[in-house]
Amino acid sequence: MSYSTKVIDHYENPRNVGTLDRNDPNVGTGLVGAPACGDVMKLQIRISDSGIIEDARFKTFGCGSAIASSSLVTEWVKGKSVDEAEKIKNQDIARELSLPPVKIHCSVLAEDAIKAAIADYRKKKGEAIQAPSTAGEAHAREAFDPARGA
Amino acid sequence: MTLKLPIYMDNHATTPVDPRVLEQMLPYFTEKFGNAASRNHSFGWTAEAAVEKAREQVAALIGADPKEIVFTSGATESNNLAVKGSALFLKDKGKHLVTSKIEHKAVLDSCRALEREGFEVTYLDPARDGLIDPAKVQAALRPDTILVSVMFANNEIGTINDVSAIGALCRERGIYFHTDAVQGLGKVPFDVNAVKADLVSITAHKMYGPKGVGALYVRRKPRVRLAPQMDGGGHERGLRSGTLNVPSIVGLGAAAELARLEMPTEMVRIKGMRDRLRARIEAAVPKAVLNGHPEKRLPGNLNLSFAYGEGESMLMALKDVAVSSGSACTSASLEPSYVLRALGIGDDLAHSSIRFGIGRFNTEEEVDFVADLVIRKVAKLRELSPLWEMVQEGIDPNTVQWAAH
Repeated sequence: MSYSTKVIDHYENPRNVGTLDRNDPNVGTGLVGAPACGDVMKLQIRISDSGIIEDARFKTFGCGSAIASSSLVTEWVKGKSVDEAEKIKNQDIARELSLPPVKIHCSVLAEDAIKAAIADYRKKKGEAIQAPSTAGEAHAREAFDPARGA
Repeated sequence: MTLKLPIYMDNHATTPVDPRVLEQMLPYFTEKFGNAASRNHSFGWTAEAAVEKAREQVAALIGADPKEIVFTSGATESNNLAVKGSALFLKDKGKHLVTSKIEHKAVLDSCRALEREGFEVTYLDPARDGLIDPAKVQAALRPDTILVSVMFANNEIGTINDVSAIGALCRERGIYFHTDAVQGLGKVPFDVNAVKADLVSITAHKMYGPKGVGALYVRRKPRVRLAPQMDGGGHERGLRSGTLNVPSIVGLGAAAELARLEMPTEMVRIKGMRDRLRARIEAAVPKAVLNGHPEKRLPGNLNLSFAYGEGESMLMALKDVAVSSGSACTSASLEPSYVLRALGIGDDLAHSSIRFGIGRFNTEEEVDFVADLVIRKVAKLRELSPLWEMVQEGIDPNTVQWAAH
């Protein structure tokens, strides 16, 4: 399998690796995927009082394309409003990274991760939880609340 | 000495042709180009003599009579001929076969093809350490069992089965015993009579010979009979028609002879490098899990799962080193290795596995370079891993209820 130069760049120099305080009321955490499937993404966003994503961090267990997809979305969501970030589609991620068909699921997971992080933030803020994403993937967040731990 | 990159450490996949082997092959492409079946001129006689010498060399490696060696295009063909050929010949005697879940696909898919023809196949589970228990083989035997096919050494985890015990069980009952021996031959001793093997698959390119050539050992006493899978001019005692690939057969013979002569020293040297690689990695990397039995394995094989780091991204990180992974992401199917799954180690560890295959041309400097690189890159990937973070926080990812996707 050969990788696009963008995948290699994100893999070798991942942006925004790390962890935000998940107990911070302004931080939303999304944890999607499953170890048995070979990929797990944790994406966190910190949202300002004016509704803008000021910081984003990720950690990913997965192949190079999964790491690159999550690294890329952390770059993309920063500076966006929550509503704008929610509009990021897996196709945009796949196109930007030139993912081959067999790796499309990595971009789907990254889209799920953003949606999961936003849903977690909204839940904290007492807003109505959005309907689950239509990206076709189940979400780990329903089974595992990262704020509580296992 | 400066290292030349990339480093090849995937010697279970294939091996380079030893220059000493190539040297013996070359004349048979050009000036000695005769057809070994040409009986009426010296070109044919020269080719035939070379083929017969190679037959003796291959036989000597496994303690066989040269007349018991049938040349083929490689182990896939040998496995097909052994499994399908014996089953089809014996179909009036019985229709049951026994094999294991960790065989090479050439054996497993031959068995599947026979199932479609009305045969029944029992697929045995390996133990957690990767070994096939002879008692399980015995328990699976039935009055209508005609063939048992269990590999000598496994290609992923390097485990070496007690094929002598399995061979004895089969001989007592008059059941054919086939063993796919490609990974073990030339690496560790193997004798067809000690094992009581009836059919043995052999290939050249796993022991520093050329690709595209192999052999099947077919026992003469007691006589083993097969239905040929290739119709034609009746070469190789009628078992495998097709003009003999003389240069490659010469290469197979030369490779077998070198392997036999150098085995006593090479086994020790290669095992020493493997043990060094393992010790260095395990000393510096917590939670590196060895897949397969710790001692009953090929001298050059090391298969480790680096928990909470994913295999394909490990391969990406180890770009200066050619190794392989049981991770799904390295295959088109997105399924992790069927061998590792059969061991029951869990899909998460299967996704995290790396197979190192140390061979004749590796050096201790290379081993040290690879060990250092692995240590650095596993640490880097774990820094990126949300699972590793959970473990550091005292959460076992196995206790989390993940949603399948």
